[in-house]
Amino acid sequence: MKLTAEEVRHIALLARLGLSDEEVEKFRNQLSDIMVNFEALEQIDTTGLPPTSQSVNLVNVFRPDEPLPSLPVAEVLANAPSREENSFKVNAVLE
Amino acid sequence: MNPLNELTIHEAHKLLKEKKISSVELTEATLKHLHKVEDKVHACTTVADEQAMKDARAADKAIAAGNIKPLTGVPALIKDVVCTKGIRTTCSSKMLENFVPPYDACVIEKLKAAGYVILGKTNMDEFAMGSSTENSAFFVTHNPWNLDCVPGGSSGGSAAATAIDEAMYTLGSDTGGSIRQPAGFCGVVGLKPTYGRVSRYGLVAFASSLDQIGPITKDVTDCALVMNVISGHDKRDSTTVPIEVPDYTKSLKADIKGLRIGVPKEYFVEGMQPEVRSTLETAIKKLEELGAKVDWNISLPYTKYALAAYYILAPSEASANLARYDGVKYGYSYRDSTNMFESMEKTKQFGFGAEVKRRIMLGTYALSAGYYDAYYLKAQKVRTLIRRDFEKAFTQCDVLVTPTSPTTAFKIGEKTDDPVQMYLSDVCTLPINIAGVPAISIPAGFVNGLPVGMQIIGTFFGEEALLKTAFAYEQATAWNKKKPALA
Repeated sequence: MKLTAEEVRHIALLARLGLSDEEVEKFRNQLSDIMVNFEALEQIDTTGLPPTSQSVNLVNVFRPDEPLPSLPVAEVLANAPSREENSFKVNAVLE
Repeated sequence: MNPLNELTIHEAHKLLKEKKISSVELTEATLKHLHKVEDKVHACTTVADEQAMKDARAADKAIAAGNIKPLTGVPALIKDVVCTKGIRTTCSSKMLENFVPPYDACVIEKLKAAGYVILGKTNMDEFAMGSSTENSAFFVTHNPWNLDCVPGGSSGGSAAATAIDEAMYTLGSDTGGSIRQPAGFCGVVGLKPTYGRVSRYGLVAFASSLDQIGPITKDVTDCALVMNVISGHDKRDSTTVPIEVPDYTKSLKADIKGLRIGVPKEYFVEGMQPEVRSTLETAIKKLEELGAKVDWNISLPYTKYALAAYYILAPSEASANLARYDGVKYGYSYRDSTNMFESMEKTKQFGFGAEVKRRIMLGTYALSAGYYDAYYLKAQKVRTLIRRDFEKAFTQCDVLVTPTSPTTAFKIGEKTDDPVQMYLSDVCTLPINIAGVPAISIPAGFVNGLPVGMQIIGTFFGEEALLKTAFAYEQATAWNKKKPALA
């Protein structure tokens, strides 16, 4: 199974990942090569098996809701590429 | 006496405690050596000279007041994926090149409370994705045993720095072998704790159900000392398990009489370097001589599916975790567009390197409509089978012993164009993350001047058995005493 350029572009769109035309072609080949190896899993009968999402077997971990001081706003905003007053500044979402 | 930078933690501690050296002397000597060898090895992304000396002075003050703990005043390097307040944390990515965390990771809080000295941050594969440290967006780290070879990865900077004595010890992180494989390639000790043993709070997330932080050290004793400090429950990481942390130094007894060791045949894979196989066989025979009962015929039948399952599970989690790098709150941001989606897409296009993009693509595909059941859910069910393999094996043995990687360190550039070949370098380590059990890599010999790692795997929260086995072997062989001579 070989991915088409359109499929690669579709996946990139889902991830909001920009790709150049060269990257689309490179990934089309490399991802296909990697995914060939996934076919081995089809041989395994997993009927009735529970999926494992994590290995520690803890469920519903609760703790008391204790108020604690938050990080200082100035420190949190220090890494922001663009800010206005106490906010992160972004491009318009609605045109 | 050896140069100060060559000391282990426990040796340095003894001298500090006896007031034969100060932390300032130790830190100065280590930094001096680091700056001398760094242009050959390139293990560090950031060297924090000023902070190091500040920490050292504080440690000396504490020691003078009679307050000394095993890590007090002992300098360390930290993999650049662990958040350090006020010291940039880059993940060796253009995306986080100028990111200065506003808080410390849990392990850093613990090390600070233990009086440690931070020397700086170590190079890695970008976002911990890779097996050679060649995926760093900044530069390639070289293996101190042979500068033409990779140090392994993704914690290649940490392993190389430990091997060439740029620090007393380092921290790494391990999602599919990223502590153990480079430790093996560089001839040092690296432990991936049981999932849930060490808090991931402040560890930049790659694959959250697989990631663990762990120590890379010059010997097994040091490994136990660092584990004593970094382990334990943390309410900010709800996957840490609230069970008591033993004193791991109590496991450092060279007596392994009657210990049941299993050798899973599936780990002696096709295509493995013959000399690595024979080195491991010799090492296992050594353990047998020391009194262990070795079963050479243990089977973990689902091992051969682990690589495929891993390259579905880890990229899937990564694709979700890395969605946060959208150029809004921190990190690289593409600013030449007024369109929100274009900014986001270009931010990722120019901020991430090829391997990170590959894994985001793989994960997004495996999680997308129509493929979720066939890929992601299937891989999670296979994960159950792989875990059961280990559970069954540990009813028959106390520990399992395997090679850490099928080969010794490979040449820089050798595998960069072939992701599948690169992924095979982790074939012996990634099943352990899938199962969640702990494993350690220790030096077991040399082939053509390059170290061979032996991996010892334990059951859930069975770090003590690993340390005990590793310590007994180390005492009987002392491969760790060999030092690379930089050309």
